[in-house]
Amino acid sequence: MIRFEPRTEAAPALRVAAPVASISAALALAAVPLAAAGAPILTAFRLMGEGAAGSIFALTETLTRATPLILTGLAAAVAFRARLYNIGAEGQLYAGALAAVAVGSGAVEAPPAVLVPLILAAAALAGALLMLGPALLKVRLGIDEVVTTLLLNFVVLLFVQMMLEGPLKDPMGGGWPQSEPVTEAGMLPPLVERMRLHAGLLVALSASLLAQVVLSRTVLGLKIKAVGENPDAARFVGIGVAGVTAAVAVISGGLAGIAGASEVAGLKGYLTSDLSRGFGYAGIVVAMLAGLQPLACVPTAVFIAAVFVGADTMSRTLGVSSYIADLIVALSLLCALVSGLFARFRVRWS
Amino acid sequence: MLEGLLDILASASFWAAAVRIATPLMFGVLGALICERAGVLNLGIEGIFTAGAMAGWLTVYLGGSLWAGVAVAALTGAAFGFVHALLTVPLGLSQHVTGIGVTLLATSLSYFTYRIYLPNVATPPRIAPFQPIAVPGLSDLPFVGPALFQQTPLTYFAVALFGLAGFVLTRTPVGLAVRAVGENPAAVEAQGLSVHAIRIGAVVAGSAVMALGGAFLTMAAFNAFFFEMTNGRGWICIALTVFASWRPGKALLGALLFGAFDAFQLRLQHHLGAVVPGQVFLMLPYLLSIAALIAIARRADYPKALMIPYFKGQR
Amino acid sequence: MTRLLSLQGVTKRFGNLVANDGIDLGLKRGEILALLGENGAGKTTLMNILFGHYVAEEGTIAVAGPSGSLDPLPPGSPRAALTAGIGMVHQHFALAESLTVIENVVLGTERLLAPWLKLRAARRKLERLMAESGLAIAPDARVSTLSVGEKQRVEILKVLYRDARILVLDEPTAVLTPQEVVGLFAVLRRLAGAGLGIVFISHKLGEVLAIADRVAVLRHGRKVADQPIGEADRRSLAALMVGHEVAHSRREQREPGDVLLALDRVTVRPEKGRVGLQEASLEVRAGEIFGIAGVSGNGQAALAGIVAGTAAAGAGTLTLAGERVTRPSPRAMNDAGVARIPEDRHRDGIVGSLSVAENMALETLGSPEVRRTGFLRFERMREQAREAIAAYDIRCSGPGAPIRLLSGGNIQKVILARVLDRNPRVILANQPTRGLDVGAAAEVHRRLLEARSRGAGVILISEDLDELLALCDRIAVIARGRLTRAEPVETLTRERIGLLMAGHAEDEVA
Repeated sequence: MIRFEPRTEAAPALRVAAPVASISAALALAAVPLAAAGAPILTAFRLMGEGAAGSIFALTETLTRATPLILTGLAAAVAFRARLYNIGAEGQLYAGALAAVAVGSGAVEAPPAVLVPLILAAAALAGALLMLGPALLKVRLGIDEVVTTLLLNFVVLLFVQMMLEGPLKDPMGGGWPQSEPVTEAGMLPPLVERMRLHAGLLVALSASLLAQVVLSRTVLGLKIKAVGENPDAARFVGIGVAGVTAAVAVISGGLAGIAGASEVAGLKGYLTSDLSRGFGYAGIVVAMLAGLQPLACVPTAVFIAAVFVGADTMSRTLGVSSYIADLIVALSLLCALVSGLFARFRVRWS
Repeated sequence: MLEGLLDILASASFWAAAVRIATPLMFGVLGALICERAGVLNLGIEGIFTAGAMAGWLTVYLGGSLWAGVAVAALTGAAFGFVHALLTVPLGLSQHVTGIGVTLLATSLSYFTYRIYLPNVATPPRIAPFQPIAVPGLSDLPFVGPALFQQTPLTYFAVALFGLAGFVLTRTPVGLAVRAVGENPAAVEAQGLSVHAIRIGAVVAGSAVMALGGAFLTMAAFNAFFFEMTNGRGWICIALTVFASWRPGKALLGALLFGAFDAFQLRLQHHLGAVVPGQVFLMLPYLLSIAALIAIARRADYPKALMIPYFKGQR
Repeated sequence: MTRLLSLQGVTKRFGNLVANDGIDLGLKRGEILALLGENGAGKTTLMNILFGHYVAEEGTIAVAGPSGSLDPLPPGSPRAALTAGIGMVHQHFALAESLTVIENVVLGTERLLAPWLKLRAARRKLERLMAESGLAIAPDARVSTLSVGEKQRVEILKVLYRDARILVLDEPTAVLTPQEVVGLFAVLRRLAGAGLGIVFISHKLGEVLAIADRVAVLRHGRKVADQPIGEADRRSLAALMVGHEVAHSRREQREPGDVLLALDRVTVRPEKGRVGLQEASLEVRAGEIFGIAGVSGNGQAALAGIVAGTAAAGAGTLTLAGERVTRPSPRAMNDAGVARIPEDRHRDGIVGSLSVAENMALETLGSPEVRRTGFLRFERMREQAREAIAAYDIRCSGPGAPIRLLSGGNIQKVILARVLDRNPRVILANQPTRGLDVGAAAEVHRRLLEARSRGAGVILISEDLDELLALCDRIAVIARGRLTRAEPVETLTRERIGLLMAGHAEDEVA
């Protein structure tokens, strides 16, 4: 029989040990499918490491990939803290990207100092509005937000495809369903010469700092934590649960929307329907590994990004499917759940 | 235009398509219902669909019989269900997040395994799928015959499973235990039964059934395995389970209605495709699911212990 | 051999807390043994060990087998206990509400993988048991439609269905009216007469003296007495339970002042099987404690909800200091000077992972004491917490301690500090001493009387008649959603309150 005893102190060492243990376990477990694919395991990991950090190019690629993941990770972390399970970051990201392109590809003429923030704001608004719907359905009608946000992801993606084949289609795009490019004034500037790393990273880092401050030092942050842990008590003491949930939905959706804008206005320059490869879902893993702490989302996002970028390189060399990256990410999530348990409870056998 | 719509509804082939489209949903809703009646939300369903689709297809591709494929798919579903059950029942971890994790795991494992066997193929290879079997006698009935009684064996199996599930839930000791454990686990423990064992068993069984929905996609509907072929059907099943108030009869009806709607939407695309973009029609199933949730909101008869973990000796 | 049960040296620890310390207990055929003790004395823990919900660290339990000799009981398994003939009627009923009576009775009695339920045979056995025991219930009724007394009958029938020879009842009278208690005792005597051994857990002296053949007293986990009922009396038992004289607060006479809070024919619709409120009227004045007596589940939750601002009235008005409250909300009531002590402190009162200081600030998050431009003033919050810790003698490691580590009594003190520090005009105290030991309860009483002296109006909802009679100036009784007129405590007797609790009309009862 297993028994759980709550730990009386949350030792800071445990807070760091948990994600490290999760990641190590996930990587170790991933060795099994790698072996099944006939790949030399140690070589594979070495190649992944090199692909992620073995050169300036690799490092900037990893950080570039980490940028949207930090933002979707923050979106999940803030929402989950309030027990609002936003699984719709994928759709909110696309909504933000759509808004970015709508505003930034020529509709508005303004200097970069105005246009860039405008694009980000429009993207945040789009993502926020999208998340508000499921949040209101939850608060008013008690409808589980996991299902509604998941279903909306599909709706948004279809909407984007519709837009890209219709009103937003680039007449000079060679017939491909893609949007007109964001104008130069609207693009996020690059951070490193001749590399793809762009200022979106700075936006992401600022966002994580801001989120951390809000959560730990403001009244709203305390309300979010109270609502997330015990909505009944929060209601009884006079905290407006509906209002807090709405605020969290806006923040969470907004962050995911900004991720979309960052990819469009920083990395690709235009919108296609394959802009995001599961960034929204990966954000959940980023957040869980980070223990729902905003600042910790940065290193965990970099880890997930490293896995994807490294796996791409490894895959090209060894011929192993790059889906190994998705597998490692999935294993990391499950391991993070289990290690979180050990961090909060002592396990006794009898 | 109204004539066109009525024509659609009056054709037997429309209803046959409706039943065919409803079949994976039938498996999914039944599987979800079994898990949730026992108190466990299984959001691994989307991944289990994918895994069942891949495992079933691969078995046949590698030379096995169709029914062997079905068995392998069910076992695969059971395995992922066991992972979900282990994390959510004795360990009591968040059922929402574990479910998403299992979906990610099952999906990525399926894709990776597929690529091991077919590293470079662009067009997914086909297998010889289940053929429709005419039910002797019934299939000769006018209209109803070709509509309902010329389906593949898996469809008949799905309907039979509903009957079996209904019987087990209401008339057998194990079904009673499953219903009780989703309402009040303390009552079950006080009668000397193991809450964890019953919940784990229900989740494993439900997940095996879910996987059959995926197997239907590759072995009766599309004959090949495509990436992203499940396309959110798993989530639709979760919504339908709520809409059916966790009752097998209503769930079967809900799946059929949804299948009919989906078949209708496809045919509508033919008629209106020039005027309305195809994506609008494709959005409709998801929007309808959300609408169904809104319609049933606040009236749904939740299993009271749904999503609440139980630890022994909790008083 | 008439010995049914023998516990020897049973010891159970939860971390540092010793819940049971070397307890020996025996039970004979046809005997009703009362297990007496305060909240937290270890009675329920001991019986949970007997029934297999917990495993003891030390000690043995032996149960009489079919041959009559005592066989050891395998620990930690309710199934083993059931097989050995032990049945338990839990304090919080172990019933699946959406299933029928017969389904609840039959659950777990047949082999799990059997192909079908043998309901016809089960029905026959159930009917026979109902006739023998005198407990009547409709087998096909859904449990959710039954009254509390009826549900208890189902619990007992469940146990009898499994051919129990030892029946354990955990605080069975907590949810019954005085008249229903009489009915229950008649059933118990009948069962004992048929040869069952009965263990009756209670903290109510009067009942123990009325029903038991023998009484064992537990205090702080130890057995301090074990004697035939003839050798015991109220005073000696009370002293054994508590161990020392507890100074009970004395209520001094006061002239009540203005009406602070009034309900005028307030109606709350019943929903989801909970009793609502029907045309309830009351007035609370400054400087008085207004008691509401009643068995739980008769509308107290709806009434508390109205005053706390968590429920909206379907009809009728709520007035505070003469002004109608048009849009009730917890925030509005807070701001209007109504302090609320919740019935379930863990569910409604605190957020477990937050610190003592943060929990103390939860109701005043808008005040300049706590916030400045949206940011929390941590230093000020910690200071406030330190003051409260000293004033209320809250045992904790400091303002930063996670509140879930505190004991129930200390958590209640934090809640008291939180609501009383703002000098509220009205206090709603809903079962404030439930689950607290005598010392903590006395502290709560002291604070409520203090508030009364300062001119606050207190609404005290309680199941504990002793508490109500000691503290209140006036008492009204709530039964089935209806509130009687409040009467001065001097004119009320226990019997009269009991009859009112059972729903008799006021003029029927002399």
